[in-house]
Amino acid sequence: MKATGIGASVRRKEDRRFLLGKGRYTDDIDVAGLTHAVFLRSPHAHAVIKSINSSAARAAPGVIAVFTGDDLAADGIGPLICGVTVTSDDGEPHRAPAHPALAQGKVNYVGDHVAVVIAETVEQARDAAELIEVDYDVLPAVTSTASAADAGQQQIHEVAPNNVCFNWPFGDKAAVEEVFASAHKVSRLDLVNNRMVTNPMEPRAALGEFNSGTDEITLHLTTQNPHVHRLVLSAFNQLAPEHKLRVVGPDVGGGFGAKIFVYAEELVVGWACRKVNRPVKWTADRTEAFLADAHGRDHVSTAEMAMDENGKFLALRVHTKANLGAYLSTFGTMVPSYLYAFLLAGQYATPLIYSEVKAVFTNTAPVDASRGAGRPEATYLLERLVDVCAQDMKLDPAEIRRRNFIPVDAFPYQTPVVQCYDSGDYNAALDLALELADYAGFSARAEEAKARGKRRGIGISSYVEACGIAPSAAVGQLGGGVGLWESAQVRFNPTGNVQVFTGTHSHGQGHETTFAQLVCDQLGVPIENIEVIHGDTARTQFGMGTYGSRSLAVGGVAIARACDKLIAKGKKIAAHALEADEGDIEFADGSFSVAGTDKAMSIAEVAFNAYVPHSYPEGVEPGFDENAFFDPINFSFPAGTHICEVEVDPDTGVVEIVKYSAVDDFGRLINPMIVEGQVHGGIAHGVGQAMLEVCRYEDDGQLLTASFMDYAMPRADNLPSFDVGYAPTHPPDNPLGVKGCGEAGAIGAPPAVINAIVNALNVKHLDMPATPENVWRAAQAAQA
Amino acid sequence: MAADKQSVNMTVNGKPVSGEVESRTLLVHFLRENLRLTGTHVGCDTSQCGACVVLVNGKSVKSCTMLAVQADGAELVTIEGLANGSELHPMQQAFMDNHGLQCGFCTPGMIMSALDIVNRNGNDLDEATVRKELEGNICRCTGYHNIVKAVQAGAKAMGGGS
Amino acid sequence: MYEFNYQKVESVSAAVAALKNADDGKFLAGGQTMLPTMKHRLASPSDVIDLSGIAELKGIKASADTVTIGAMTTHAEVAASPEVQKAIPALAGLAGNIGDPAVRNRGTLGGSIANNDPAADYPAAVIALGATVKTDRREIAGDDFFTGMFETALEEDEIIVSVSFPVPRAAAYMKFENPASRYAIVGVFVAETSDGIRIGVTGATPCAHRGLRLEAALAGKLDSAALDSVELPVDKMNSDIHASAEYRAHLVKVMAKRAVDACN
Repeated sequence: MKATGIGASVRRKEDRRFLLGKGRYTDDIDVAGLTHAVFLRSPHAHAVIKSINSSAARAAPGVIAVFTGDDLAADGIGPLICGVTVTSDDGEPHRAPAHPALAQGKVNYVGDHVAVVIAETVEQARDAAELIEVDYDVLPAVTSTASAADAGQQQIHEVAPNNVCFNWPFGDKAAVEEVFASAHKVSRLDLVNNRMVTNPMEPRAALGEFNSGTDEITLHLTTQNPHVHRLVLSAFNQLAPEHKLRVVGPDVGGGFGAKIFVYAEELVVGWACRKVNRPVKWTADRTEAFLADAHGRDHVSTAEMAMDENGKFLALRVHTKANLGAYLSTFGTMVPSYLYAFLLAGQYATPLIYSEVKAVFTNTAPVDASRGAGRPEATYLLERLVDVCAQDMKLDPAEIRRRNFIPVDAFPYQTPVVQCYDSGDYNAALDLALELADYAGFSARAEEAKARGKRRGIGISSYVEACGIAPSAAVGQLGGGVGLWESAQVRFNPTGNVQVFTGTHSHGQGHETTFAQLVCDQLGVPIENIEVIHGDTARTQFGMGTYGSRSLAVGGVAIARACDKLIAKGKKIAAHALEADEGDIEFADGSFSVAGTDKAMSIAEVAFNAYVPHSYPEGVEPGFDENAFFDPINFSFPAGTHICEVEVDPDTGVVEIVKYSAVDDFGRLINPMIVEGQVHGGIAHGVGQAMLEVCRYEDDGQLLTASFMDYAMPRADNLPSFDVGYAPTHPPDNPLGVKGCGEAGAIGAPPAVINAIVNALNVKHLDMPATPENVWRAAQAAQA
Repeated sequence: MAADKQSVNMTVNGKPVSGEVESRTLLVHFLRENLRLTGTHVGCDTSQCGACVVLVNGKSVKSCTMLAVQADGAELVTIEGLANGSELHPMQQAFMDNHGLQCGFCTPGMIMSALDIVNRNGNDLDEATVRKELEGNICRCTGYHNIVKAVQAGAKAMGGGS
Repeated sequence: MYEFNYQKVESVSAAVAALKNADDGKFLAGGQTMLPTMKHRLASPSDVIDLSGIAELKGIKASADTVTIGAMTTHAEVAASPEVQKAIPALAGLAGNIGDPAVRNRGTLGGSIANNDPAADYPAAVIALGATVKTDRREIAGDDFFTGMFETALEEDEIIVSVSFPVPRAAAYMKFENPASRYAIVGVFVAETSDGIRIGVTGATPCAHRGLRLEAALAGKLDSAALDSVELPVDKMNSDIHASAEYRAHLVKVMAKRAVDACN
């Protein structure tokens, strides 16, 4: 292993600029003539707009313009789109209400965009926004996921009767019912997957600049996928033709899904900078992030498992209601459908699965992907249900899992829910996790805690996720509007250093290091001579961006393929220079050599020859610069077992996580240090969902948790240090042997934590978040 | 009301600076917009997240919860003022060595808070102390595991240990 | 934030005069609550009068039986004060767990009690210790100072100069933190004073109050078991998304018991 190649915990190349305060996030960018946008947002969850009078605002000091939905419509801009079609059980596509970037006659959630003020300073824009008079006719609001589709509810969109976006059954209902009817035992659980606000630490921002000389708009955005933003803004929102629109995602302060989507503010800023012919910047404050970022999760489900007398799973039946919010966000329909139901097999060889998802509209912020996206919901449901099964069958939670795991020799394994798992050894991960967690010693620790008046619990979660999103053909079959291949360009400069252009985007994941390690390993170029470039449609070729733990599994392979092409071309150039047959040229450690001789030249020399081709092979193009596109043939399937041990103070309900052990199969690790960091962050995110975080709306649609004062983010003192281990298997479908790691913790952790708390309290179930009061109440009820 | 402009003078990262600000200008905006020291970030509007922490007269302060005029005459240190030329401050180096940052957005505030923690608690910090002392700094990326390690290592290095 | 006039003054009398001359002036202490409130445009004073330049409002003085803390003394200074740590360690501990370190470096004792947030920590100590609030014009007993939610006995233009805390024989503060804001969902300060056992409760009700039912149950003895049978009025308790009234009532008892135990 090279010290800076694959498998090495190389210190991150990107760190230095962040540590010096020299990162360049969207809000850090200043340009001459900058103006500032402030959005007037709806204070009502559901209302008809009777009139908007912005004359006082237009006359306020520093105000350049005030725009409303009519102005956007007059220019033919928007509406916002949803890019994935789900076919409802009536054979029709999901119901898609119009989603204007600025309201047209109606607002549908608190925070919905009513108007925008452009002014010389932010405070002037805020002052003026308060002067806009809006006459609202307030309507009753719908906020409950469980009851939004009930008879008699207020209707939100005409196109969506009963507030239903789609009702999507999947699987053989009759066959599943037959198994349930004759099963030895049926375990059943009702559960809620709590709504979350994704909350990357950098709030969203947009900076639009228009060049009237070139008719080009440049948009700096907090985006995880600049090219997708450009494509959607151009093809569907009519902002500008693709070649006249440049989208830059500079340094981005975390995404976790929330910065995938094309938001109203981005479109409006892009349009307004041309309209006022000056640069326009908008930066969300945290309150706006709570109100108008796409939220995550928000399911209400019933899960049932049919078992035989040995606790073998025979069939799974799931009914889920999923809240999509007031409008469809960019990928809103996909999350509770394909990213959810297709993961319901988990790690188990359950032969039959039937699920039915009813997706509903409510007067709340749009809901879309958030770290894990659908997979945490599936995993939480399944891993909680499995613990209920264990309780019902009086089996140890580890034992019931073992009895039902897909055996190691069954891979590739075709699940009954579309996915074909590439590789896995679920027992190996469980064994190692049990060892790390000292599962065997738990009862002694529980006794010791009991003597102190505390209650200990231990919880297991064995998850699987689908990453490496995604094979384009599969995406197309499912109604997705894009291909999900990835691109790379690897360019040698004449002096021998390398620039790697990737279509993915790094916003914390460390691609600038990991991808450089790939190239270093394959081409033998010193890592300090490799620069990874991403996030600018004017610099990088078209690419699909970063989400779904896809960047290495798909984008990394594209880079490797481009390197393959460079090596192949380099052999031709070296053969000519070294006066040998191309077939005799070998490449290793950055050097082309003639087999069996000491004749060799470095790849840097080859690159120089390619740019200064004075003596050059016939028919070979000059230049040393190759690109590649990689379309995966399958998803990748990271899996693992997480074990959480908690201590509950029954007097207060306070839960302390005393030990957290995670064993994951991510395939091959390129940079273990970075992978481990991703695991840590994911676990914290999952613990947050399990114990702290919940987004709550009042019945009238007011957001009750609109700041960090009321929405509890995990902090350092809420968490322990984590024990992390690996049980890798080789995924044959991935050329690099990698699987993806960014979401695993957020998927594995919630059921591990709740299973531990449920175990400590000796109750059947407790909904997330397990706040002290919820835990205290459960403890009281259990004692009663 | 006409904008009430005030002139302010302060020392930032060892250099005297001055400017004209509205009374309502927050210190963080003075740093970011007037001085273009954009390493100090704004991550919330309720004084919770700590992305804006700087040192004012040697003490950690949330610069989003202080007016620029209140810093008149003060000595400030921001993230840009820590490195010695091209050499990272030991705390910065510890964050790099321990992978204590991912997206980098909370990092400047974490590091400035870490310096305050070391000032008050010394160079030998246990995990529980660091975790408790970081309660005013939120990170969404790292799960804090490596931040805690980095602060401990940085504290030690600042004391001359390694 | 709305626009305002900023004035920095160097004496208490100048501060009072500045406020009198303003349309709708406000004193600015540490600003850790006031500035966020103004940022959210929930307050719009015409004038902000910064008290940080007034030397007489700062500092800590300890005698054998009293600790006097200047109103503009920060939480961090109180927490780190050897005098406070020695005389009333529970008070130093309370100050050292308000907000977070950066907030403690700005936030002040005077600002905290003048604001009288229902979930603030200091009011519990002022009540339990039987402190005296000294202003520019009078002395106000701790028991009389907190009059309602965000309301105090202070006149509009009255400035707190210092707070004198009698040194108790024993004292302890137990706080049950809101996991989001880190304010007290419930905080109970128990003090064994020359006046007997006094208990201050914060977070539980719209305004910090004296825990008379708890005190009565203890009947002068620091025996936490005596609190088991106390019935607290659930209908008087705050109820919000963080804690129901019933849970708060329960927590008051649990925190009180723990504070009593910590006094021993």
